[in-house]
Amino acid sequence: MEGEVIIGLEVHVQLNKLNSKLFCGCSTDYHDDDPNTHTCPVCLGLPGTLPVINKKAVEYAIRVALALNCVVQEETLFYRKNYYYPDLPKAFQITQYDYPLGLGGHILIKGEDGERVVRINRVHMEEDPGRLVHAGTIDRAKYTMVDYNRCGMALLEVVTEPDLRSPKEARAFLDKLRSILDYLDVFDGDLEGAMRVDSNLSLAGGDRAEVKNISGHKGVEKALNYEITRQKNVRRRGMKVVLETRHYDELRGVTVSMRTKEEAHDYRYFPEPDLVPMRIADWVPRVQEELPELPDAKRDRFRTQYGITDDHAKSLTSEIKVANFYERVAGKAPPKLAAVWVADVLKGELNYRDLSIENFHEDQMVEILKMLEREAITEKGAVEVVRQILDEGGSPAEIVKAMGLGKAEDDAVRVAVRAAVAECGPAVEDYRGGNEKAINFIVGQVMKKTRGRADPGEANRLVKEAIEEL
Amino acid sequence: MLRELKEEIASGSAEEVISALLERVKRSKLNAYNALAEESALARARKFDGSPWAGRMAGIPIAIKDSISTRGIETTCSSRILQGYIPPYDAHVIERLKAEGAIIIGKTNMDEFCMGTSTETSCFGPTRNPWDTERVPGGSSGGSAAAVAAGEASCALGSDTGGSIRCPASFCGIVGMKPTYGLVSRYGLISYANSLEQIGPLASTVEDAALVLEVIAGHDPRDSTSAKTEGGYLDGLEDGVRGMVCGVPKEYFGEGVDDSVERSVWDAISVLEDLGASWREVSLPHTKYALAAYYIIAMSEASSNLARFDGLRYGLRVGTDKDWHTTFSEIRAAGFGPEVKRRILLGTYALSAGYYGRYYLKALKVRTLIKEDFQRAFQDVDVLVTPTMPFPAFRIGERIQDLLSLYMADVFTVPINLAGVPAISLPCGFAGGLPVGLQIVGDHFAEKTVFRASRAYEDATPHHAARPQEVI
Repeated sequence: MEGEVIIGLEVHVQLNKLNSKLFCGCSTDYHDDDPNTHTCPVCLGLPGTLPVINKKAVEYAIRVALALNCVVQEETLFYRKNYYYPDLPKAFQITQYDYPLGLGGHILIKGEDGERVVRINRVHMEEDPGRLVHAGTIDRAKYTMVDYNRCGMALLEVVTEPDLRSPKEARAFLDKLRSILDYLDVFDGDLEGAMRVDSNLSLAGGDRAEVKNISGHKGVEKALNYEITRQKNVRRRGMKVVLETRHYDELRGVTVSMRTKEEAHDYRYFPEPDLVPMRIADWVPRVQEELPELPDAKRDRFRTQYGITDDHAKSLTSEIKVANFYERVAGKAPPKLAAVWVADVLKGELNYRDLSIENFHEDQMVEILKMLEREAITEKGAVEVVRQILDEGGSPAEIVKAMGLGKAEDDAVRVAVRAAVAECGPAVEDYRGGNEKAINFIVGQVMKKTRGRADPGEANRLVKEAIEEL
Repeated sequence: MLRELKEEIASGSAEEVISALLERVKRSKLNAYNALAEESALARARKFDGSPWAGRMAGIPIAIKDSISTRGIETTCSSRILQGYIPPYDAHVIERLKAEGAIIIGKTNMDEFCMGTSTETSCFGPTRNPWDTERVPGGSSGGSAAAVAAGEASCALGSDTGGSIRCPASFCGIVGMKPTYGLVSRYGLISYANSLEQIGPLASTVEDAALVLEVIAGHDPRDSTSAKTEGGYLDGLEDGVRGMVCGVPKEYFGEGVDDSVERSVWDAISVLEDLGASWREVSLPHTKYALAAYYIIAMSEASSNLARFDGLRYGLRVGTDKDWHTTFSEIRAAGFGPEVKRRILLGTYALSAGYYGRYYLKALKVRTLIKEDFQRAFQDVDVLVTPTMPFPAFRIGERIQDLLSLYMADVFTVPINLAGVPAISLPCGFAGGLPVGLQIVGDHFAEKTVFRASRAYEDATPHHAARPQEVI
């Protein structure tokens, strides 16, 4: 189809939950520290130093490859990718290149027209370079500083086939990938630089452009939308899109040409002599066995085990923390009610405040659900309780009391009911005469007298009782 | 010799021994050292004299090739580009030496980044051969070999990528050992061609070499290619060669080899025979491809290993800072000598897209064939006996303009590195007043067999005792 969008992604995932870097013992916990404080002779590439593979990193990589349904290769092989750049102190990056750990996988995403299978070309390991801090924008900076704290962090590169058809699908893929990685407990997606995306985008029949350096899922959607517009404009002007690498400038929201194919690097790959191939075929069965239940499987189980809707199950399983929260709540309160209140109310309120589920305790949710169940509060009141907990803290019972959110206390309601029945003689007669609807008028009076704090259902029941007692 | 020196130091004074050594170095014309660690060596000697410590090399002074990282002592690989670089860490072998009580006296001259056979490519100028100062000491560990031969060091460490320990040992008339690949940790050795090189000892006797190897060998988790081995190189050193079968590879004799060298080696084979060994001719049929394969692999790896020297974090900084590419290009242009540049260029070419298969991959295949040559030979023989170098030390300047002939000089040493097996060079006579070296090669991790054969030969011959006159 003319103008059809074709997108493939290369996602760099930092295995930042490891204790140490990929080839040395340096700590990975540098995010709050000063530049160049988490370095050693090895990750600084000082003359004479040698890499030693972090076995835990290999195990994490196997975990990810298996979760993405890849075939894990029998041994690890590493290559040198040679190029000069100030963030690369050895002037080569150790990477698996054409011998990735995992090959040929797939995952399911929510596509433009329902579920879509996105094929994974491969998953390979490599080391992260340092971080360049430009004084200004990349194409105009007067000088650049280098921070090697990040240098040597374990990275996974997840490469998709060109199976994505829109920026929205690209974002859905990244959401799903992040969800899976989250389940595998191999990375903390909230840390700076945890996930970086390079994308290849072309319009059907045209050459592709590679857009590098996109961080964040929203950024991907924006950068790709910009790129589609740019390529369409190029065509509209009767020119051809050229094969090139472009840099995404997040601040300006545009992509900038970095180099064309003629300037493409020759990376002179060759096997890294300082690392011997490591046999991992024997590790795979154990890692496979220890693999946790993944989002799709959990979603299916939630649906059948708790009898909740697929939408709720999907919403509750996209983040492992939310899924675990829900299961704890569903063990102590009615599961269906819990699904509604966690998926629809709590998640919405958290998103609105940019907060995570850790800001809410499961017992608070259970207490709220119990109050709803015994009709001690209205749904509207329960939403207020949730908001109050997130904004000010406190326990549900205290909040209900302090804000007067409890349904009108029985006495007050009964007093109001008696008064209403006494005042509404004609309506009472109508009701007794068989006009069921007449009762609504009396209930309305009760609500008026209690300023809306009575539960309408409860008021209805009490009015009927009072009429029978007359 | 080290045994006697150790006793002398223990009963006398380490400070005196080391002072005398340093004085000797300072009045020498050989240019064997790039830097002396005078202050730290004397301080450590005084400390030792005050309260002597135990250790297999307690109080013994040792010289270190300038390709090995020494904390606090400038380490340059005889290259301008590393001028001023003081490593913040010790190589594994330096840690081991210090742990066994040795005292480091200085860093020795070498071919720039180990690229050479004569120590002429050093940015500090050539080291001179103590037997004839108009001649080269061999290379690339020429400074270490000349220092040991001239009594400017009691023993030394070198590194051997394609003969860089054995060649200068041969030219200077001392013992030099290249261990099995993986026996000694390379952590801290500045890489030239990392799949080929090993650190090893240069010493006056086989026993000294075995002692130093005993200290520096052993597993190091910081080097993934380092093996877990037993050691015990001094055990059974004197058990002799009775019943041992020596292989004489026919490809290592004949065209291109000096008659005098051949004669010395055949004499050595006779000596071994007299001692109870037997010999038989063997064939290593792929020897003729070894040099080509070696230079392709070594230069390719070098082009990548040396790419990190950009002057950004350490080493030479010239001119004013311009943009990144201009700045590092200028620094590299000024910092590397012509031979290093040549090898980086050739290696870069060999690894380029489109040439990788024709050169690098092919060289790796040849390497496998050469390894198999040796495996086949060691099914029938215990050791191989060959000349170390096809000729004795040549004149300074004689071959540096004719590079091919210089590269050809490595013809008997490079196959050993390609195969990864251990080999020693020991003095086996003189030709025109210049030492000739005998190479004894063992199977993987058969260092003890190599030492045993070498010691038997050494005991039966006077060559190792010959020493040059001091050159002032």
